Amino acid sequence: MKRGNGPSAPSALSRLRGLELRGLGAAGRARNVPYLLLGIGLILFPILDSNASHVDVAADAGHWILLALGLNIVIGYAGLLDLGYAAFFAIGSYAFAILASGQFNIHISFWFLLFASAFIAAFFGLILGAPTLRLRGDYLAIVTLGFGEIVPRVFKNASKFTGGVNGIVGVDQPKLPKILGWDGQFGFNPVPYYYLILVIIVVSILLIRNLRNSRLGRAWMAIREDEVAAAATGINTVTTKLLAFALGASFSGFAGTYYASKLFVVTPETFTFSVSVTVLVMVVLGGMGNMRGVIVGAMLVYFIEYYLLHQLPGWITAASQALNIDFLTKLDIGGYVQRSTSLIFGAILVLIMLLRPQGLIPSAQRKVELELGTTDEAVADLRGSA
Amino acid sequence: MRFFADQLTLGLTLGAIYALIALGYTLVYGIIELINFAHGDVFTVGGFFGLTLIGLLGLDHASAALLVPGLVLVFAVAMGLNGLLGVLIERVAYRPLRNSPRLAPLITAVGVSFFLEGLLFLIKGPNDVSYPNLLPAGNIDLLGISIGKQNLLIIVIALALMVMLQQFIQRTRIGRAMRATAQDRDAARLMGIKINLTIAITFFIGSALAAAGGIINGFYLQTIKFDQGFRAGLIAFTAAVFGGIGNVVGASVGGFVIGVVYAFVGGYFAGGQQWVDVVIFSILILTLVFRPTGLLGMRVPEK
Repeated sequence: MKRGNGPSAPSALSRLRGLELRGLGAAGRARNVPYLLLGIGLILFPILDSNASHVDVAADAGHWILLALGLNIVIGYAGLLDLGYAAFFAIGSYAFAILASGQFNIHISFWFLLFASAFIAAFFGLILGAPTLRLRGDYLAIVTLGFGEIVPRVFKNASKFTGGVNGIVGVDQPKLPKILGWDGQFGFNPVPYYYLILVIIVVSILLIRNLRNSRLGRAWMAIREDEVAAAATGINTVTTKLLAFALGASFSGFAGTYYASKLFVVTPETFTFSVSVTVLVMVVLGGMGNMRGVIVGAMLVYFIEYYLLHQLPGWITAASQALNIDFLTKLDIGGYVQRSTSLIFGAILVLIMLLRPQGLIPSAQRKVELELGTTDEAVADLRGSA
Repeated sequence: MRFFADQLTLGLTLGAIYALIALGYTLVYGIIELINFAHGDVFTVGGFFGLTLIGLLGLDHASAALLVPGLVLVFAVAMGLNGLLGVLIERVAYRPLRNSPRLAPLITAVGVSFFLEGLLFLIKGPNDVSYPNLLPAGNIDLLGISIGKQNLLIIVIALALMVMLQQFIQRTRIGRAMRATAQDRDAARLMGIKINLTIAITFFIGSALAAAGGIINGFYLQTIKFDQGFRAGLIAFTAAVFGGIGNVVGASVGGFVIGVVYAFVGGYFAGGQQWVDVVIFSILILTLVFRPTGLLGMRVPEK
């Protein structure tokens, strides 16, 4: 097969390509201005905001964004429902923690392991994917769900290697050479972590964008829209899906390494099903298949879970006390709010799929398909014809 | 031998409960090819319906004469309510997406599951809630083996429900409509079958059976917890897949097999308890990979 860039039939895809080309002109440069400003803002943020806890929150949000970007490859691009994504996150975290801690007194460099554990996570993605990706999509969902349950349990039970329930404490932290009066130690200072995750995310976005526009990325989308037709055009569907699975998993390997070293500890209880669902909510809420949407979704969900649901109870208590409404105080609405994370996430998943399946910020490609209209059935599929 | 018999009894009893849940998965999958992730939590809700009704009727300290009719009432009402919950879930979360890509209803199913779990968490709290055991205590001799009366009763109730379900599907008009809808929805519609009603009935039956399972599970383990349905659901789904998803007899057989595997792995291997789940989910993955049609499953085409 030659590369599919030749003159093809007038399709949504070629119209899209036209759209992309136009994007390179003056309008494109104008469009980049907000991103430039955003970039400058993100770089200056820790300098302008001297409150270390804000930087810490931002640095924590970062690994969720990374997870959401990785899962987006699997769900958004290739259309495969992975309900055990936390397992790969766990594998990445443990791979790093075992190879860089006092557990076996091995201390391999963070910078090497950042990539090594991504490879390890991808490898497990291949192991799980190779036999199961031949299955129908919904079976894949349940197999990954089972895998997501098994992996933390194995880490919990194999206490010789993993420290069991207590996990591994005292994970190594990254070091850099001394620069500009900074000793290069990350320690517990959130600022270097913030910049580290920022760099990882930017690099990941560029990587994933290139992947999406590559032959492989277009093959993923072809499979997502119509697997039979994709196979008929000569795409090896199993290999292509496998690559989506493994590449998606590799980003959770990055995230796992980062997470373990920043937190200093890994425990099996961190990688439950609710982590997989949280990342799923991020991807679905933001817009499956669109990186901008997924990043916004990740930040929104993180904001809801770690800020809003923690602050709301206090606000409600304060409000009911200020208004002196006794029964409101007694009802303990705040307590309910704080415990309603899974209720809210469940509701988000259902409502988004019913009302706006393309997510808050839909992918440009799907938008074009919807606006220009094609004879492609998949577009009707997307909205649901009923 | 004694230990073997005990483990076998435990396994068959747990298996009866898993089979009751597995039937719901298999019925729904059979008719609309959807893995109803919310079914495990529907099972938990059913258990809580039963607990509330027992409390309302004061059955935990009722006289022996009132116990049996009281229990029948509890089962009937809880199964009815839970059936309606299943119908509601189908109406709200699955029906609007019936013609969408398959990813969409799967995601809402996960959402409903999380929603129900979150709701139970809010109402019932994060801890184990104690459940009265209203089944008879003591043992009886069966072919020279002493077996708990409650175990025997659980297995008999479950088998009775399975036989009733099988007869219902094979003999009644509605059962025939269900089979026709499962086989070819459009053709069934052309034959005058009310598709939406038939699918709703399927959800009703599946959820009602899950409620029966939930109450029996509560009696047997004497405890219930908001998130028990996640694990129980996954095990029961394994049973449904192992027996052959879409097949009612398969789900029943699969339930008992998985229950026995559960008991034997936990009983015979040192530290087996903590590996039970790993073994069962491995069975799930291996079945799906090597024999996706299960023991007795219907043929499912690749796409």
